[in-house]
Amino acid sequence: MKIKKWLASLGLIGMFAVSSVSAKTDPETDRVAFVDYFKNRHSGVEMSAYMNGAYALNQAAYDEWLSIEEFPPYELALGEGADIWNTPFANGKTYQDCFDTTPEDGLRAKYPHWDDSRKQVMTLELALNECRSTNGEKPFGWKKGKIASLSAYVAYEGRGRAIQVSIPNGDALVAYEMGKEFYYTKRGQLAMSCADCHVYNSGNRVRADMLSPALGHTTHFPVYRSKWGAMGTMHRRYGGCNQQVRAKSFKAQGPEYRNLEYFMAYMNNGMEINGPGARK
Amino acid sequence: MLRKKLASLGIMALLLAGLVATSQTVSAKEMSIQERIVAGKKIAWNRRGGNCLACHVMDNGVLPGNTAPALMMMKQRYPDWNDLRAQIWDPRVRNPNAFMPPFGAHRILSEREIDLVTDYIHSL
Ligand code: HEC
Ligand code: HEC
Repeated sequence: MKIKKWLASLGLIGMFAVSSVSAKTDPETDRVAFVDYFKNRHSGVEMSAYMNGAYALNQAAYDEWLSIEEFPPYELALGEGADIWNTPFANGKTYQDCFDTTPEDGLRAKYPHWDDSRKQVMTLELALNECRSTNGEKPFGWKKGKIASLSAYVAYEGRGRAIQVSIPNGDALVAYEMGKEFYYTKRGQLAMSCADCHVYNSGNRVRADMLSPALGHTTHFPVYRSKWGAMGTMHRRYGGCNQQVRAKSFKAQGPEYRNLEYFMAYMNNGMEINGPGARK
Repeated sequence: MLRKKLASLGIMALLLAGLVATSQTVSAKEMSIQERIVAGKKIAWNRRGGNCLACHVMDNGVLPGNTAPALMMMKQRYPDWNDLRAQIWDPRVRNPNAFMPPFGAHRILSEREIDLVTDYIHSL
């Protein structure tokens, strides 16, 4: 008993040493408050609707979304992604050899996660490209094209599973904290945070664009975006939203965006994966 | 050789254009209030300028956003022109978590542009 207490306090001291901000942080408390905020803000919107982004917020937008989904613009990417996944590398190995879960069994839902041996957040796209490198293939570009198709295929096969991000230890908590801080920090010439648009102003319009709620943001990536005329990954979208406020964007799959994805995905725990998505 | 000549001609043209532009840039104080309001409106409505319509309903602008209060009856709400200018210069002074960009503090608009925009908004 005494030893346990002593160990616990050591653990606490360890956490303090790594990050003084996370002393009181409890991600689960954060998440519950986050969900409650949106429930209040958009009363009448079902929890299950949030995976449809801005389209969840009113009937006209939702009808528009349904009509897009009738002929999903990401279908081409799904075919390409399946081909890539099923084509062995030059050394005869396959993508599946890098993973212990199949796409059908929910590979998508394993990401993002904390990799404790490397002390970093792993994302699906990073793991896919590292699988290529390990097998002597050149990694794909990070934001669009083949990586997005491959990611779309894995997401599609894993649809219907719940997001279940865990934060196993103090180091992981620090990464979560950094992602959270990024989300709430004003940046760029326009001095706006992610939360300024997607928390405090969700459902409002900037010009004609309705701002989607942060809740549900990670359920459906990658997305086909009409404005891009193509698929893009989560980190492509992050870059776009940073540039929108005239801030410099960070490197796709660099530590900033991976930690950001970790935080955002944790906020979406329990929500259903329905990627890839289609958006304006 | 010819290329070089053309290039330097191009540079000359640019310089000349620059001179003309600066000579046209009358200081705001030399313009009539009507001229200032017209110039301010242009800056406020421009998407690469103030883009105020992105967030504010104002002056019958089409497709305004709705994240911010409507800009109307401004003289009643801001009897002092300087208070209005301060709000546009840096809304974070009044509200640290303001959604509105700090147009002056972050050099999104110049001093002169902010003067003109303030004249225009004050007229609404
Ligand atoms: C100036 C406002 C603004 C800021 C600041 C902003 N965004 Fe966005 N964001 C938008 C708009 C507009 C869209 C497109 C409409 C929509 O889906 O919300 C968008 C879309 C998104 C989407 C896609 C939503 C979907 O359903 O597919 C994600 C994810 C996102 N933003 C994340 C972020 C993150 C992370 C940050 C901060 C790094 C951020 N945004 C900052 C305006 C903003
Ligand atoms: C991205 C959104 C956005 C843009 C762009 C924007 N504003 Fe604002 N503005 C706001 C919000 C939100 C408020 C409410 C106060 C706050 O956020 O602190 C506000 C408040 C104001 C106020 C105070 C209103 C009052 O009732 O006291 C004035 C004046 C104003 N804005 C003028 C402007 C002008 C002029 C421009 C363009 C040069 C502009 N705004 C651009 C969002 C914006």
